[in-house]
Amino acid sequence: MRMTPVLSRLAWRYLWRNHRRTIIMLSAIAVGSWAMIFMTALSRGMVDQMIRDGISVLPGHVQVHDPEFLNDPSVANRITIPDRELAASFDTAGFRAWASRVKVPAVVSSERESRGVTLLGIDPAAEREFSFVSYDDVEGRFLEGPGDNGVVIGRKLADKLETDVGKRIVLMSQDPNNEIADRGFRVVGLFEASMPSFEESYVFVGKTTAQKMLRIGDATTEIVFLGDDYRDVEPTYERVIAAVDSGLDVRRWHEIDTYLGTMLRVMDGFVLIWVIVIFLALSFGLVNTLVMAVFERVREIGLMLALGMKPTSILAQILIESMLLLATGLVIGDVLAVLTIQPLQDGIDISVVAEGMEMMGASSVLYPKLYLNDVVLANVVVLILGFLASLSPAWRASRYEPVEAITKVG
Amino acid sequence: MSSVRCVDLCKTYRQGDQDVKALDHVSIEIDEGGFVCLVAPSGGGKTTLLNAIGGLDIPDSGEVWVADQRIDEMSKGELADLRLANIGFVFQAYNLIPVLTARENVEFVMQVQGVSATDRREKSQAILEEVGLQGLEDRRPAEMSGGQQQRVAVARAIVSRPALVLADEPTANLDSKTSDELMELFTELNRHHNTTFVIATHDQRVMRYAKRIVRMLDGRIVEDLEQDAA
Repeated sequence: MRMTPVLSRLAWRYLWRNHRRTIIMLSAIAVGSWAMIFMTALSRGMVDQMIRDGISVLPGHVQVHDPEFLNDPSVANRITIPDRELAASFDTAGFRAWASRVKVPAVVSSERESRGVTLLGIDPAAEREFSFVSYDDVEGRFLEGPGDNGVVIGRKLADKLETDVGKRIVLMSQDPNNEIADRGFRVVGLFEASMPSFEESYVFVGKTTAQKMLRIGDATTEIVFLGDDYRDVEPTYERVIAAVDSGLDVRRWHEIDTYLGTMLRVMDGFVLIWVIVIFLALSFGLVNTLVMAVFERVREIGLMLALGMKPTSILAQILIESMLLLATGLVIGDVLAVLTIQPLQDGIDISVVAEGMEMMGASSVLYPKLYLNDVVLANVVVLILGFLASLSPAWRASRYEPVEAITKVG
Repeated sequence: MSSVRCVDLCKTYRQGDQDVKALDHVSIEIDEGGFVCLVAPSGGGKTTLLNAIGGLDIPDSGEVWVADQRIDEMSKGELADLRLANIGFVFQAYNLIPVLTARENVEFVMQVQGVSATDRREKSQAILEEVGLQGLEDRRPAEMSGGQQQRVAVARAIVSRPALVLADEPTANLDSKTSDELMELFTELNRHHNTTFVIATHDQRVMRYAKRIVRMLDGRIVEDLEQDAA
């Protein structure tokens, strides 16, 4: 420890002995670090958006169903607990939000076209936290309560059905006895969604209206819960398990939408691989810089050894030099990354590739997402791998024989 | 009591396809407080002997004792500790660390020894004044003449008052006035602090200050004379 100040001073001074080489290497590290963080933020933003969109449409963070519902999503497999009993259990359990809904497959028909859709019977107030639809941006109006008799459909579906606000459409599904359950609705609103497929797939009606149409009394088919963070879903899951009937099926969002769950895990792996790949490119420059830096001062290393500096101190000096170089480059890269990501927080319009993005389940606006964990990961991985890459030149420097090093001819 | 004792030292270098005997059964004993000049033509073995005494080079055979410790069997770490605690070095060239200022160069050994910053500052200032470098403390080696650099190296070698100073052609880059001043300084340290000096040199002026002249030729000691120092 007592050698640290002198070794650090030597390392820093030697670093700047060859300004040009150091600046070039610093630039490479800074750009590499920026690329790691920037690309990670873009990828994270895309996956984050996919998951948030996915969660807002379907799962919430945790869902409760009848055990058979996910295999056969019909009202035959419904939850028969009335809302007031659910409210008694859940309102004080500390969830950020919860809602019960009727969700069944249905067919929607206009006078010209028919389409298969998912019918969502909702209480608009309870669903506000879950919905991918901004109620205030709906053309016409959104549903005003669970007993609303109107229907809100997506703009794209309206185009396909050749219908519009004020016109009537018919929704048809099955009741618990597998009899046709249908009803005419007046279109009261058209919504737009970041994902065009959502506009074609989902139809919103009042929950009570849907229950009447499907003849299921006050039963529902799905209860959804929102916790604080989709990445840390366990606390919410545990609270739901504690609060619901053990006969019901409780699942986390990534168990329901396995694609999104896998996406999240793949993303974590991708970030690490991406960081390592960029580091490998950097490592050639780093090792070359250190080898040259050592080669240039063989005599001085010999002198230090002759004066009584131990080989371990020479090793430490080269490693400190490497760490200072990397740390300085990383700090510059980190600052650059923050400065370039911050102005893009309102989103990057990638609508030119919207169809491709939609196939992946991503929206056409990309919101870069800078997570502290990713920045820390990139920095720590580069420092650790940099340390390992520096060991060889540092070890060689520490093995010089003083007399040979001092008499070495330039 | 002897400061340095070498017993039957041999060292052979490979030069091209020829073996060169740099030390050929050399034995020498130097008492504490000795002031010895090793005199030899180039390739005579004086620098090799100096390096062996300083633990910088390990002989092929024989024994080297410094401060009553056998150093030819020591590990690199033990040798570093020995040099740090007991020996000051002045090399002919490439003596200074170019990224450190004159003061930092002088303080370097003390810093490695763990001397406090205040003591380092005090001692380095005093020794730099003693070697006539006041006002140049913050210059780097590249900003000083060869003579000034050599004086910084001397200051560094003696600042922590080592028991033994090994100097290889210490006056090679100095003018006669500075050489005399340097040798006066060595003599004073030798007299007042009983510091042992072993100096490899060609310089007749340096030899005048020595109490003992050891002449070498082809790796062997051919003459060993006591004399009255100047």
